[in-house]
Amino acid sequence: MTKLLSDSAYLLESLPEIWFGLVVVSLGVYLLLDGFDFGLGILYAEADEAERQTMLAAFGPVWKANEVWLVLFGTVLFAGFPVVYANLLSRHYLLVFAILFALSLRGLGSKLREERDDEPWVRFWDACFVVGSATSPFLLGVFVASWVLGTPSALAAGPFVIGVTVVALTIVLGAAFLGVKTDGELRARVGRRGQLATAVYVGLFVLTAIVLYGRYPGLQSVLLSGSTVAVVAATVAFAVGNVVAIAHDRFRIALVSAAGIAGAFVVFVATLLYPQVDPAAGLTIADAVVSPLPLNMTTLVAAIFLPIIVGYFVFLYSLFSGPARPEESYS
Amino acid sequence: MTDPTLTTALFEVGPWLSFLSPELASRAQFGWAITIHIVFAALSVGLAPFLVYFTVQEVRTEKERYARLRKFWTKLFAIGFVMGTVTGIPMGFMFGTNFAAFSETAGELIGGPLSFEAKMAFMLEAVFLGVLLFGRERVSEWFYALSSVMVALGAWLSAFWILVVNSWMQTPRGHEVVMEGGVPIAQLVDPVAAFFNPRFPWMYVHMQNAAIISVTLLIAGVAAYFVWKNRDSEVWNTALRVAVVVLLITSMFQAIHGDLYAGHVEETQPQKFAAMEAHYETGSADLHIVAIPTELESFTDPRADNLYTISIPYLASFLASHGDPSYEITGLNDFEYENPPVAWVFWSFRIMVGLGFWFIALGAWGTYRLWRGGLADDERLLKALMISAPLGFVALITGWYVTEIGRQPWIIQDVLTTAEGVSPPLTSTEATLTLIAFVIGYILLFGVFLYVFKRLVDEEAERHEVGIEEDDRPDAPGVTADD
Repeated sequence: MTKLLSDSAYLLESLPEIWFGLVVVSLGVYLLLDGFDFGLGILYAEADEAERQTMLAAFGPVWKANEVWLVLFGTVLFAGFPVVYANLLSRHYLLVFAILFALSLRGLGSKLREERDDEPWVRFWDACFVVGSATSPFLLGVFVASWVLGTPSALAAGPFVIGVTVVALTIVLGAAFLGVKTDGELRARVGRRGQLATAVYVGLFVLTAIVLYGRYPGLQSVLLSGSTVAVVAATVAFAVGNVVAIAHDRFRIALVSAAGIAGAFVVFVATLLYPQVDPAAGLTIADAVVSPLPLNMTTLVAAIFLPIIVGYFVFLYSLFSGPARPEESYS
Repeated sequence: MTDPTLTTALFEVGPWLSFLSPELASRAQFGWAITIHIVFAALSVGLAPFLVYFTVQEVRTEKERYARLRKFWTKLFAIGFVMGTVTGIPMGFMFGTNFAAFSETAGELIGGPLSFEAKMAFMLEAVFLGVLLFGRERVSEWFYALSSVMVALGAWLSAFWILVVNSWMQTPRGHEVVMEGGVPIAQLVDPVAAFFNPRFPWMYVHMQNAAIISVTLLIAGVAAYFVWKNRDSEVWNTALRVAVVVLLITSMFQAIHGDLYAGHVEETQPQKFAAMEAHYETGSADLHIVAIPTELESFTDPRADNLYTISIPYLASFLASHGDPSYEITGLNDFEYENPPVAWVFWSFRIMVGLGFWFIALGAWGTYRLWRGGLADDERLLKALMISAPLGFVALITGWYVTEIGRQPWIIQDVLTTAEGVSPPLTSTEATLTLIAFVIGYILLFGVFLYVFKRLVDEEAERHEVGIEEDDRPDAPGVTADD
C-alpha cells in the first residue's frame, strides 16, 4: 500500500513495460471490435435494403461501446506516456482530424439514415456510412504505421500498404461477425467475401513485410527475428482456419480465427515498436513514461475497472447474441 | 512538420489560410468545439435524471404516459449522445494536436482523470445506452429501469472527471513544477489535493445544475408547445407540471449558489472577477444589476464606470468579502499579466445572470399557475416557455465563456500561459484549415441535430391529431417497446 502511493518507485519494476502493453492491448481491442463495425460498413455497400436493416440491427447496440476503446486507447497513452501523446498527435495534425472526420461520417451515417424514409436522404447517409467505414481503418492504419515507422507521410510506401492491409483485415472481421449475426443468403455471401478478404489480407501482410524490409533497413533484424516468423505463422494458421471454418458454415470459429489474425497483427506492430514508444522522437518507454505516483494510481484504477469493462462487454454481447432482428430498432 | 506531401499541397493556398496565429486559431477551434459540444454534454447530463424518472415511473405505475415521455426523450438522448461523442472525441485529441506543450506539462495531472473518465464513465454510458435503446424486450422491466440509472451515472461521472481536469487548471494544487530538458513538467505529488482542488466542488455543482436547468427549460418548452396545441394532453401536462416545479427549485438554487461561487472566484482568480465586473480601478466596487452601453465602443471595451448602470453601491465588495462594503477589489489596471478579453467575459456574465433571473421568474410563474390552477390555460405562460426552451443552453454557454475566457492568458492559472501551451510544430495554415473545417462541420452537424429534433416533435404532434393520445390504460397489455 505504501508503494502504491510512493512517488519514487513503481508499484512493480516492470510497470512501465506493462503500461506499454496496456497501450498495445487497448489499441488491439479497438482494432478488433471497431474492426467488426468497419468491415460491416464496407460490406454494407453491396447489400440490399432488407439486408441493410439486418446489418444495422447487428451494428446498432454495440458500435458506440466499441468505439469507446479508441478513447480508452488515447487516454491510456496520455496517462502513461503524455510526451508521446503530445508528440504523436501534434506531428500527425491533419491526419488525426481526418480520422476523426471519417469516424464521424460512419457514426452519423448509420444513425441519421433512420431519421427519414425518402430515397435521397437514405442514400446520402448510407454513402457516408460506407465511405466512413472504409476510410477510417485506412487512415488509422496509416496513423499507426507512421507512428511505428517514424515516417510522417501518408503516401510513403510503408504507411500506405499498412493502411490498405488494415482495411482488408476489417473486412475479414466484419464478415465473420456478420456471419454469426445473420443467416441465409446474406450469410453465404458475407462468408465468401470473408474468405476472399482473408486471402487478400495474407497477401498484403506479406507485401507489408517485404516493403518494410526493403525500405526500412533498421527493421531488417526484427523482420527476420523469431517473433516475426511466429506472427507470420500464426497469421497463416488463423487465415486457413478462418477460410475452412467459413466453408463449413462455422462462423463462431471463424470469428475466433479472425480475432487471431487481428491479434497477430497487433503483436507484429508492437514488436516493431518495442522498446521505443516514439521512434521519430527517439523516445523509449523509460524516457517517456510518467513518474511513479501517477502511474501507480492509474494502474490501480485500471486494475479495478478493466475487469468491469470486460464484464460489460461480455454482458452486452451476450444480451444481443444470436441473429440480429431487423425489426428491433430504437424502442 | 506533419505530412510533407500535404504540406506542399497546402503551401499553394497557405498564405490565404494563415491569417490567424496557431495560438489564436487553436483557441478559436477549441472554444468553438466546446460551444457546440457542451450543448450535447449538458443534454446528456441534464436529461439523464429525467429519463430515470420517466423509466422508473413507467415500470412502477405501468402508465402509458410515462412510456410515451420515456420514448420521446430517449430518442433525443440517443441523438444527443451520438452528437456528444462525435463532438467530444475531437476535444480530447485536441489536447495533443493543438496544445501539445500543455499536454506535456500537465500530462501527469490530467492524463489520469481523462483515462478514468473513459474507464469509469464513458464505457458505462455507452454499454447501457445500448440496452436502453435496443434491449427493451431482452431484459426485465426492472433491469431496464436500472439501465437508465447506469446511463445517468455514466453521464454524471463523465462530467465529474472532466471538471476535475478543468477545475485543476483554474486552481491548480497538488503538483510541483520541475524543469525537464527545458520543458516545465507539473509533477503530481498529492492526487487528493489536485483532484479535489478548491474550484472543483463549486464548478461541479454549478455545472450539473446548469445542465438540469437547461434541459428542464427544453422539456418545459416542448411540453408547453404540445399543451398549447392540445390542452388536454395528459402526457404533456404531466411533463409540464414536473418541469415548472423543477425549474423553480433549480434556478433559485443556481442564483444563490452562483453568488457564493463568484465570491470564491474573487478569492482565487481576482483578475477574472474584475473582468466579470469590468472593474478597472482598484477600490471598493458597486454591484451593477443592469448595464447598458451608451456608445458602440462600450460593447467591445466595456468599462463599468463608463456604462449607464443601475447599481447598488458597495454591494460587489460586500458580497465578495462576505460583509465588508469597503473591501478593496483589485482593478484590471493593477494586474501584472495582460487581461483576458474583458468584453467577452463582461457581457457573457451579464447574459448568464440576466437569463438566470428570467428562469426564476418563469419557474415562479409556472408553479403559481400549477398551484392556483390553470397552468394549461395560460397562453402567455405557454408562449414564454416555448420561446425560452433554448435559453438554458445560452446561459450555459455564456457561463462557460466567463470561466474559460476569463482565465486567459492562463491555460493553467499562474503556471502556464495559453501561448506557451500550443503545439510547437503547428503551423498557421494547418490550424486555420481545421478551424474552418470545424466551423463549417459543426454548423452542419448542429443543423442536422435541430432538424432531427424538429422531426421528433412533428411526429409527436401528428400523434395528437390522429388521436392516439389517450392513455392511462392500466389494463393495457404491458407497455410495448416499438413505435
